[in-house]
Amino acid sequence: MPPDARTLADRHEARAAWWLIAPTAVLMLALLVLPVVAVLVLSLTDAELGEPVVNFLGLQAYADLLSDRDFRGAFRNTALYVLMVVPASVVLGLGLALLIEAEARGRALFRSLYFLPSVSLVVAMASVWQYLMHPSFGPINQLLRLMGFAGINWLGSSDNALMALAVIGVWQAIGFNMVLFLAGLTAIDRTLYAAAEMDGVRSAWDRFRVVTWPMLGPTTLFVATITIINAVKVFETVATLTQGGPAKATRTLLWAIYKEGFVYLHVGAASAMAVVFIVVLLFLLVIQTKVLDKQVHYR
Amino acid sequence: MTPPALHLCGIAKSFGTTPVLAGIDLAVAQGEFIALVGPSGCGKSTLLRIAAGLEQPDEGAVLLAGQDMTARRAADRDMAMVFQSYALYPHMTVRQNMALPLAMRRLSAAQRLPLLGALLPGSRATRQCIQREVEATASSLKIAALLERKPAQLSGGQRQRVALGRALVRHPRAFLMDEPLSNLDAALRVHMRTEIVELHRRAGVVTLYVTHDQEEALGMADRVAVMLGGRIRQVATPDVVYRDPADLDVASFIGSPRINLLPGQVDSAARAQCGEHILADRVVAAAGSAIHVGIRPEHLHLSAEPTPWSLPVRLERIEFLGAEALAHCSADAMPDGLIARLPPDHAAGLRRKRALFASARDGAVLLFDTAGRRIAQTLAACHAA
Amino acid sequence: MNTNGHPIWRALRLLVLGLGAAVVLFPFVFMLSTSLKPQSEVFSSGLALVPVNWAAVENYTKAFTRIPMGRILLNGVIVCVAIVAFQIVFALPAAYALAKLRFPGRDLLFGLVLMGLLVPIHAISIPLYAAARMAGLLNTLAVLVMPFTLSVFAMFLFRQFIRAIPDDLIHAARSDGLGEAAIVWRIIMPNAWPAASAFAIFSVVAHWNDLYWPLIAISRTSLATPPLGLLFFRAAEAGDDYGALMAATVIITLPLVLFFLLAQRLFIEGVTMTGLKG
Repeated sequence: MPPDARTLADRHEARAAWWLIAPTAVLMLALLVLPVVAVLVLSLTDAELGEPVVNFLGLQAYADLLSDRDFRGAFRNTALYVLMVVPASVVLGLGLALLIEAEARGRALFRSLYFLPSVSLVVAMASVWQYLMHPSFGPINQLLRLMGFAGINWLGSSDNALMALAVIGVWQAIGFNMVLFLAGLTAIDRTLYAAAEMDGVRSAWDRFRVVTWPMLGPTTLFVATITIINAVKVFETVATLTQGGPAKATRTLLWAIYKEGFVYLHVGAASAMAVVFIVVLLFLLVIQTKVLDKQVHYR
Repeated sequence: MTPPALHLCGIAKSFGTTPVLAGIDLAVAQGEFIALVGPSGCGKSTLLRIAAGLEQPDEGAVLLAGQDMTARRAADRDMAMVFQSYALYPHMTVRQNMALPLAMRRLSAAQRLPLLGALLPGSRATRQCIQREVEATASSLKIAALLERKPAQLSGGQRQRVALGRALVRHPRAFLMDEPLSNLDAALRVHMRTEIVELHRRAGVVTLYVTHDQEEALGMADRVAVMLGGRIRQVATPDVVYRDPADLDVASFIGSPRINLLPGQVDSAARAQCGEHILADRVVAAAGSAIHVGIRPEHLHLSAEPTPWSLPVRLERIEFLGAEALAHCSADAMPDGLIARLPPDHAAGLRRKRALFASARDGAVLLFDTAGRRIAQTLAACHAA
Repeated sequence: MNTNGHPIWRALRLLVLGLGAAVVLFPFVFMLSTSLKPQSEVFSSGLALVPVNWAAVENYTKAFTRIPMGRILLNGVIVCVAIVAFQIVFALPAAYALAKLRFPGRDLLFGLVLMGLLVPIHAISIPLYAAARMAGLLNTLAVLVMPFTLSVFAMFLFRQFIRAIPDDLIHAARSDGLGEAAIVWRIIMPNAWPAASAFAIFSVVAHWNDLYWPLIAISRTSLATPPLGLLFFRAAEAGDDYGALMAATVIITLPLVLFFLLAQRLFIEGVTMTGLKG
């Protein structure tokens, strides 16, 4: 193709592409780029909604934030929550997937049963759990008392509240993780198991160690990442059940942003928190892509 | 009398209501290389898996040197299998892939634990022994330089050798190979055929080799088992299977290009006639019965002049293949056409001609009845060619 | 690989799975059971599931009347459907351009998409809220839809999917005279249907559940989406009327659960696919 015609074709292609992207590009600008810039700018101020006077604080805003006890508390609570929810829901999800995959006939039934929590409205189920966890007449404590244990003050005690929310979080995530692991399991090449059998791999544990676990690598990484990110974004249960309490025990990052920005109207401070929030997520995703992804895909 | 090294007795298998294998009987002698050949879907891979223990037969038994293995799981049968896709563990290096079968057999579960296992007594010595054997096998297969690589970093031929190495290192009592060369390109395939046969000769272990490529089977095996439609039709040396096929299906499957099959009838003088043209005599069949006259392409003689017992055909085209040529002809009686194998200069000489005459060189025909069974010819007094 | 094998193992497995299912389903069971009980029984009945006195009618009536339940459910449906529709309409052509066309700025755009994946709505809610407030859009259904019309996740997912479509198909369409826009809707859309439906499920579940944005943007009960509606119900509720609260949760949870039960394959395949591509 003569060079002139080629660039003409290219330009035509580029023009067509721009027409296709134009609406989305506008949206991206309005809904993504500008807001992110705005958040970055606001974070460096002490702006308050409704207050006309705005002072520029620069990076001091971050210094103040990181030394603020409440914010550090929110950070720590979120980290604790993640540590409680993620390992449990990933391991249980994997265990369930292994059991269900081995079960030939009841598979579809169990899969749907366990997935049910993940399609149920979080706010609604949180309310149900509130009832279940009621210290005096909630069924959980009733069961515990029947078995001879004392009841636990789940949501009312600052020692237990975060754990209670974690229980709900795990309950919600199990089914979803299970489905993802099931997909990963069925994608494993069956001849690998045949080869393992010929090689003398006899027990289920050995099969898991030699074939299943290594081949699930990418899936496990994906599940862990998704679970971590969702755990960091915990909000609905906090908003419905504890509102950050008791005694700020369940004050998590998103709740803190909400409170600061929309209840106390400290827009500047809340924006700084939002930036920290984004940085945390960025950090997690970078770890996933750069560090672990290669290891897990056996290139 | 020593029992056969590997004996598949009376194997039958159905998947649901579909029968896949029926009445399979195959005895392989010590150190023999048997090729199990048949078209795709004929059940040969299933038979191999049954021999390995990866599937259970509905009926019949698998015997290894006289011992009944049928009830034993595959891991306990001491047979090694090479898969079509090689089935190498992607997350392990070549060394680890080859060491695994030895580790599974010689180290106890406790000794195999990642960190602690190495500390247990005896574990170190066993592991070193294993590594030495892995290295020795790798050298013999010329893959010693690849030991630290992962399968994804190897070429098809290299993966093939690692798969062979993984099987060899165990010194098993039998080798089972499931179309191991199908995923390689043509040139590599030919080269690997020789290597596998060499390996077999050095190891001296009985080998059951499954393939759909009849040329591969004929070229590699001590004996060939032709499997069609879930049954074994013939087990014989490559030479016999080719020259003296048990039935029409075997004759059609073995040999490339395909045998020419001319439909005909037996006349009152025990001669096979195609239309009005006689092709063979001394046929041991009732007069008036239908018959198939099979002539292999290399035995199909083409000439411009009619000869006794020839059939008029039309030359459609000639394929020059270098060392030989294939002449494609058509005849009214033969909708699929006929193919003759000729030396190139003979073919060149025929090129301008259109109407030719085809006959069986030296009377080399294979006769079959309508059910596919072989029909014999009585011994000849010499007949005029 | 050895199949199920010993009946003992199977029985054990079924036992574990059954017990696990019971644990996982026990909130639902109690949810339903409590919604049928009068307040007095909720406090006293312990673990009994079947109510002695049925208060189903009262509880459910309260659930429907204390807040405009029907209206709220409808709002949820409208908002979610609108969001998904807009998301697909905007994302599909852009994903096609990113996947198959060459143009200056393509890498930049894709970089923005990746960045967008990192930034959840919560982080940029403040400026969006301020903008909505200034534009007088608070307390409308539109404001519930607008911030979500851009879905970088959809763009990312569709792009991965479209890349797998053979180029030859598109070249053939071009030589048949189809313009790029036509290619998107006549060729790409039908082929990308699995990805689109998978994404739709994912998006509907996420937005049906979303509390954060409605909480910020809406204060009028009549415009609430289900999660917000439930919060209002709790606020309007006098303390401990768990019976009515459970009734409300049953009603609110039912639509998506029913949808799930009817379209199980679709749901699970959807989750699976987003997982495999992500």
